[in-house]
Amino acid sequence: MIIHPRYTQALAISLLVLLTVFTLAILVFIIIFVFSKGLPYITFDFLFSNPQDMGKAGGIFPTLIGTVILPLIAILIATPLGVGTAVFLTEYTRENRITRWIRFGADCLAGIPSIIFGLFGFIFFVTTLEMGWSIISGSLTLAFMILPTIIRTSEEAIKAVPYSYREVGFSLGATLWQTVRKIVLPNALPGIVTGIMLSIGRSIGETAVVIFTAGSSLRLPNSIFDSIRTMSVHFYILAREGISNQNAYATAAVLIISILSINLVTYWMMNRFIAKKTK
Amino acid sequence: MKLLNEKRIYTLLMIIALSAIAMLLLIILFILKEGLPFIFLTGIRDFLLSSEWQPASGKFGIFPMIVGSLWVTLGAMLVGVPLGLAGAVFISEFIPGWAMKIIKPTIELLAGIPSVVYGFIGVMVLAPLVREYLGGPGLSIASSSIILGIMILPTILSISIDSIKAVPRSYREGAFALGATHWQTIHMVVIPAARSGIIAGVILGLGRAIGETMAVIMVAGNSVKLPVSALDSVRTLTANIALEMGYATGRHREALFATGVVLLIIIMTLNYVATAAVRKRIKK
Repeated sequence: MIIHPRYTQALAISLLVLLTVFTLAILVFIIIFVFSKGLPYITFDFLFSNPQDMGKAGGIFPTLIGTVILPLIAILIATPLGVGTAVFLTEYTRENRITRWIRFGADCLAGIPSIIFGLFGFIFFVTTLEMGWSIISGSLTLAFMILPTIIRTSEEAIKAVPYSYREVGFSLGATLWQTVRKIVLPNALPGIVTGIMLSIGRSIGETAVVIFTAGSSLRLPNSIFDSIRTMSVHFYILAREGISNQNAYATAAVLIISILSINLVTYWMMNRFIAKKTK
Repeated sequence: MKLLNEKRIYTLLMIIALSAIAMLLLIILFILKEGLPFIFLTGIRDFLLSSEWQPASGKFGIFPMIVGSLWVTLGAMLVGVPLGLAGAVFISEFIPGWAMKIIKPTIELLAGIPSVVYGFIGVMVLAPLVREYLGGPGLSIASSSIILGIMILPTILSISIDSIKAVPRSYREGAFALGATHWQTIHMVVIPAARSGIIAGVILGLGRAIGETMAVIMVAGNSVKLPVSALDSVRTLTANIALEMGYATGRHREALFATGVVLLIIIMTLNYVATAAVRKRIKK
């Protein structure tokens, strides 16, 4: 029996619709679930007061600081390395053995699971270099983790700068570096910033790496050699040890809101970037 | 003067660019240094194929964890791949541009939600459902497969959507001109043309599922025994490391690094296969 293509099509498309609706429903459910359970508990006091009794009561202020400072230092370390690598790969060489190796290295780095980064950070920064569980150990390990993302996105952004821009630079007698610094990088900036924002998002959500390298101290740090706890770690400890479901939901809601705002800013910048390019 | 400067900048940039490789080597070196001697001292066979994991009495066999990782990952693919592919095809072929502007950022937001949050939802919502309707302890292969499957959805969706969108219009026009229906065009022309990108997305999702730690710890139950059914509790390789790292010392800690070595080898092989597969297809 041959079924008319029109019926197969109707069947296939209805199946697709069903699966898509199901998929999107799950994903939307997750966001709504966390918000409905967590949003009511987010108050000014919750955000800006110190936790009491291991987080059972009080707020999340120290973890808020941790969530800002740890990714920030990681970005400060990884950005020059990542952008430098991207500039080297796109502007300073042709495809050859070295660039293939560099790309291979970055790809492998991108595929390594975070728990391995955690193990490495623990044995290298915390133990071997004797930095202890500290902000600096955590940030350095996170920098390793986000480097591939920054390389990849910066490379794409630099490649997207039209070649004619560079020709203008050269025709004015600028050297390659002058052209890169004054023409290519400024034009690629929105794309590079997108990569940075993505990396911040990933660092904020990271838990395993941070526990192993930055520890989980709930006190406000005095220096970068003190241990710190991020919101993700705080959430994990609250949820897993059953300290307070209410505070766990509220922390999760704050986490999702931060990631949502980072994404929105990134999205807005990317759109502006695309609009500018097509002009 | 200017040219001298250029040379210096070239050297500097090259050194920076080599940092990615240096980091990779540093990571591999330190993980191997901590883990490999242990594997050889215990014996590869004993370490990989023994089912007894009792750190207190010096027994370190990770077979149940290897099996656990395998089942959970397989389950996650069973959940994530069909949903992800169907979603990607529908979203990229049938959804108008303005709706894409809402759907794409939503997917990206979901990719950014921390894995602990997914894990927590697994514990609070999914595990009780599984316990009630399917039986077992709830924290099980089934629950963690579903949660991981959902977690890899954004990865599969966004990469597949991009590669389906990248199929040239002319391919579709050719199919339409031959009288094909939209669905025939999709499954005979568009999907085969986008295959390498879709495969890349699936493999990335696979890697993410194997490497996922925190969500699995919360939902899988973590008991060290060979699972008999999908409703049994399991411990994965990643969970094994994260659960015991906090208090492990001496040989026990080395055993955890050795677990890391096994995980690293699995992931590296997977990455290699993935890049090789994609490259082969591009050459064709």
